[in-house]
Amino acid sequence: MMLQMTLRRIWVGVATMFVVSVIVFIMTSILPGDVAQIVLGQSATPETLAALRAELGLDMPAYLRYLEWLGDMLTGDLGTSKAGGAAISDLIGGRFGNTMVLAGLVAGISIPISILLGLWAAMHPGSWLDRTVTFGTLATISVPEFFVATLMVLILAVNLQWLPSTALLRDEMTFFELLGGLAMPIITLVIVVSAQMIRMTRAGILNVMNSPYIEMAILKGIPRGRIILRHALFNAIGPIVNVIALNLAYLVSGVVIVETIFSYPGLAKLMIDGVQTRDLPLVQACAMIFCGAYVILILIADIGSIVSNPRLRHPK
Amino acid sequence: MNEQNLEKLLEVKDLRISAYNDEKQEIQIVKGVTFDIHKGQVVALIGESGSGKTTISLASLSYTKPGLEFTGGQVLLNGEDVLTAAPLRQRQIRGANVAYLAQSAAATFNPAITINEQVTESAVLHGILSQEQANERALELYHALELPNPDRIGYRYPHQVSGGQLQRLMAAMALCGNPDLMVLDEPTTALDVTTQIEVLKAFKKVIREENSAAIYVTHDLAVVAQIADHIVVLYSGEIMEQGSADKIINHPGHAYTRRLMDAVRPKPAAGMGGTVGAEFDRDVPALSVEQMTAGYGGIVNGEPAIPILRDVSVEVNNAHVVGVIGESGCGKSTLARVMAGILPQASGKVKLEDEELQGSLNDRKLEELQKIQFVFQMADTALNPKQTVGQILGRPLEFYRGIKGKEKRAKVAEILQMVELPPEFASRYPMELSGGQKQRVNMARSLAADPEVLLCDEVTSALDSIVGANVIKLLTNLRDKTGASFVFISHDLSTVASFADEIVVLYAGRVVEQGPTDEVLEPPFHPYTRLLISSVPELRIGWLEDTMQKREMAVGIARGVEITAVGCPFYNRCPMGIDATCDKEHPPIRELENGHQITCHRTVEELTEAERETQQILRGYEKLVDESMKVVV
Repeated sequence: MMLQMTLRRIWVGVATMFVVSVIVFIMTSILPGDVAQIVLGQSATPETLAALRAELGLDMPAYLRYLEWLGDMLTGDLGTSKAGGAAISDLIGGRFGNTMVLAGLVAGISIPISILLGLWAAMHPGSWLDRTVTFGTLATISVPEFFVATLMVLILAVNLQWLPSTALLRDEMTFFELLGGLAMPIITLVIVVSAQMIRMTRAGILNVMNSPYIEMAILKGIPRGRIILRHALFNAIGPIVNVIALNLAYLVSGVVIVETIFSYPGLAKLMIDGVQTRDLPLVQACAMIFCGAYVILILIADIGSIVSNPRLRHPK
Repeated sequence: MNEQNLEKLLEVKDLRISAYNDEKQEIQIVKGVTFDIHKGQVVALIGESGSGKTTISLASLSYTKPGLEFTGGQVLLNGEDVLTAAPLRQRQIRGANVAYLAQSAAATFNPAITINEQVTESAVLHGILSQEQANERALELYHALELPNPDRIGYRYPHQVSGGQLQRLMAAMALCGNPDLMVLDEPTTALDVTTQIEVLKAFKKVIREENSAAIYVTHDLAVVAQIADHIVVLYSGEIMEQGSADKIINHPGHAYTRRLMDAVRPKPAAGMGGTVGAEFDRDVPALSVEQMTAGYGGIVNGEPAIPILRDVSVEVNNAHVVGVIGESGCGKSTLARVMAGILPQASGKVKLEDEELQGSLNDRKLEELQKIQFVFQMADTALNPKQTVGQILGRPLEFYRGIKGKEKRAKVAEILQMVELPPEFASRYPMELSGGQKQRVNMARSLAADPEVLLCDEVTSALDSIVGANVIKLLTNLRDKTGASFVFISHDLSTVASFADEIVVLYAGRVVEQGPTDEVLEPPFHPYTRLLISSVPELRIGWLEDTMQKREMAVGIARGVEITAVGCPFYNRCPMGIDATCDKEHPPIRELENGHQITCHRTVEELTEAERETQQILRGYEKLVDESMKVVV
C-alpha cells in the first residue's frame, strides 16, 4: 500500500516534469525574437538571418527541436549558450552552487526557528508571544520581499552600518566569513520564508489540539510539552513538511529579486539575464532545473506524509 | 450493599458549573449537585443530552470543557478539593487518581502512537510504575479484558483493531495506573448490541476484580441496570432523584425517571412494526436489487477485489419502510450507496420500478436521480454551513423540478411544514438549529426532490432517544402522506422493529433473513437474528448475567465477524452450525409465508425446534472448550 502510493507519487512527478518540459519549450518558442536576431542586431538582412538560423538549427520544425532538446537534456547535455557560445552546464554550474549555498544557509537557520516559534505559539495560544508572532508573520507575508530587503538594507547597512549592503562572495571563504558576507540576503530570506512556516506549524498544531485524543491526553495528566511534541506534532507533520518543501523550492528557484537587490550571482539572476539576451537554451535549462527542484521537494514532502501516516505504514 | 460501612471516596457537594455567552451573561449548566461515591461502588449519572452528566463527571478530574467554569461547590476526592488543586496537583489527579474513558475510543486513541505506549503512558509519567512494570500490568489487563492476541495487541496501532476492542483497550488505559476512580462516559453507546454486551461484560468483570469505583455516564437505563450500584437521575443540571440501582429501576419515584424508563424501547418482538394501507400499492416494487455483488477495488469477472456485499436481493415496495440491520461493517451503508449509484455494483441489477438502472450516478437520467434520494447520517456535515435553510431546500426544487422565484419560496415553506418546522426557518443557517432540527432539514432536502425512495443511513443514530423517536414519528407520517418508500439503515434493531414494515438482516455482506417485520421477529429465527434479539439489553438487574449463561450467546458474543467467500459467513459464531456443510457450501434460501426468507442449512423445522430447546443447542459449547476460551461472566 505504502510502496504503491510512493511509486505512484514518483510516477506523477516524472509525468509532471515531461508536461513542464513541453510547456517550457512552447513558452520559450513563442517569445518574440530569437537568438539570430539578437546576435545580428540592426545589421540583420533576411539572408544572414536565415544563414545563422540554419547554423544554429533554428530552422527545424518545432517538434524536432523539442525532441532533440529533450534527448540532450536526458543525457545530461544542457547545450551551449546561443549568446556566448559557452557550455550551459559550465554557466550554470557555479551559479547553481551559489544558489545552493544561500538556500542551504537560509534553510538551516529558518526551519528550526520556524518550527520552534510555531510550536511555542501553539503551546501558548493567546499569549503576548503568540500574538506578536501571529501579527509579525502576517505582516511579513503581506509585504513584498523587495520591501523587506530594502528595509533591512536601510536599517542594518545604512543606519546602523553593521553589515555590508551587498552580498560578498569570494572563493576560499571560511564558513563564518561566508555567513558574514551573505548576512543581508540570508536575513531577508529567513524573514520571508519563516513567516509561512511558522504560521503553518502553529495552525497545524492548533488544529490537532482540538482533537478528542488531545483532550484525552490532558485528562490522562500528560504535561503540556509532551502533549505537543509526542501527541500533536506527529499528527500535524504532513502539512508542515509540505510548507517547508514549498519554501525550500522557492529558495532554489524564486529568489531573483533578492539576488538582484544584493547582486548575488545565483541561478535565478542567470535566468533573467538569459531572458534578456534571448538565450533560449539557457532559459530552458534554468526553467527545467527550477521545476525539477519543485517536483523533487514536493515529492519528498508527499512521501514524508505517506510514511508518517500509520494507517499507510501499518495496514490492517 | 450497605453504603454506610464503606469509606467515602468522592464527595460532590453543591457543585455549580456555568457557561458565559457572548453578552457575558451566565448560563447555569450544573445547578448545585450533591452526591457521594464510596470505594468499590459504581455510580451511574443518567439523563438526556444537555442534562449536564458529562460535565459533572469531568469535574472529578478538575476539568471543564472549554467555555465552562466552576462557579461553586466542592468536589472532594479522599477529602481533598480537586477544583482548587494547583496545576501540578491537577495533573497528578488526572490519570493517577481519576481516569477517564470516553464515548468514542476510535477518536480518543492517538492514531500515530502504538496502543501499548498509550495504555502505559500515564502510569509511567506519573511515576506509579516503571515502563517494565507498566508493560506487565497492561498485559495482565489485556488478558483480564479478554482481548484477542493479548501478547501482541500492544504493538498495534489503533486503526488496526476493531471498535469494541479499542473500547476495552481504553479501559486498560484507564486502569493501568490503578486509579481510585474511573469515569466512564457513555462507553458502549456507539457500539453494536453484540459488541456492547461483550464490552459491558469485560468492564463489569474488571471493575469487580480491581475493586475500583466508577462514575458511569449514560442515557440508557437498560445498560445502567446491568452495571450500577447507585443511580443519580439528572435533568437540566439538577438531580431529580437518586438511590440504589434496585430502588430506581424497580421503584422509581420521580416522574422524570419514569419518562426515561418509557424511552427504553421494549425488546423487539412481533406486532411492533408498521402497517401499510393499500392505497399506494403497485404491482412492481419501487426499488429492487437482484443478485447484487459490490465492493471496492478493481472488478474481475464481476468480483471486486474487496467484496463487501454478495448476492444481495432486496425489494422495496411502494410506501413501505424497509429496515436494514446488521453490525457495523456488514455492508448496510454499501447497500444504500449502490442503490443511490454512488458505488456501482460489480454484478447484479438495480431496478427502479422494473427499469434497470445504470450502476453509476453519472450515467443515470435526471428523473432517475430525482426518484432516489439519500439522507445522510450526520446532518452537521451534510448541510452546507454557509447556506440558509431556504437555499439548501431551494436547490433540489430548482435542479430537479425547475421551480423558481416566488413559487420556490412558497414550496420551501410547504416542505418545512411537512417536516414540522415553521416557515421562518428558511432564513436561518444550519448552525442556528438544534441537532433534531438539522436532521429534519436534512430529510426535508431529500423530500424537496419529490422522491419515490428515500435512503436513510443511520439518521437517528447521532440523536438522543427522545429526539430520535420524534424523527421516526415524522418519517412514518411522511410515508403515510406522500407514499414514498424508505430504506432505513440502522444498527439498532429496536428502532427498526418499532416502525419498519419489512426487515432485512445483513451479516458479513449477505442477507441472512428478510421478510415482514412480524415474521422476522417471530420464531423461527435465523441464528444470527436470534443473537441480535437476545443482545438487546433489558431493563432488569441481572439480565447480563442471565444472558451470558446461555451457551449460544456465549459463542456468538465471544467471536467476531469473519468474511468468507464460501459457506455460511455466520458459521464460526453459530450454535447450530453443521461441520463440513455450513463451512463448505452456500446455505439455501428457505421460503416461509409472506415472502419471509431465511438463508440457512438448517431446515425450518430444525430452527423452530431449536427455539423450544434453546439450552440444548447444540455444539457451540464444545467449540469453545476446544479452543479453551474463557467466557465466564
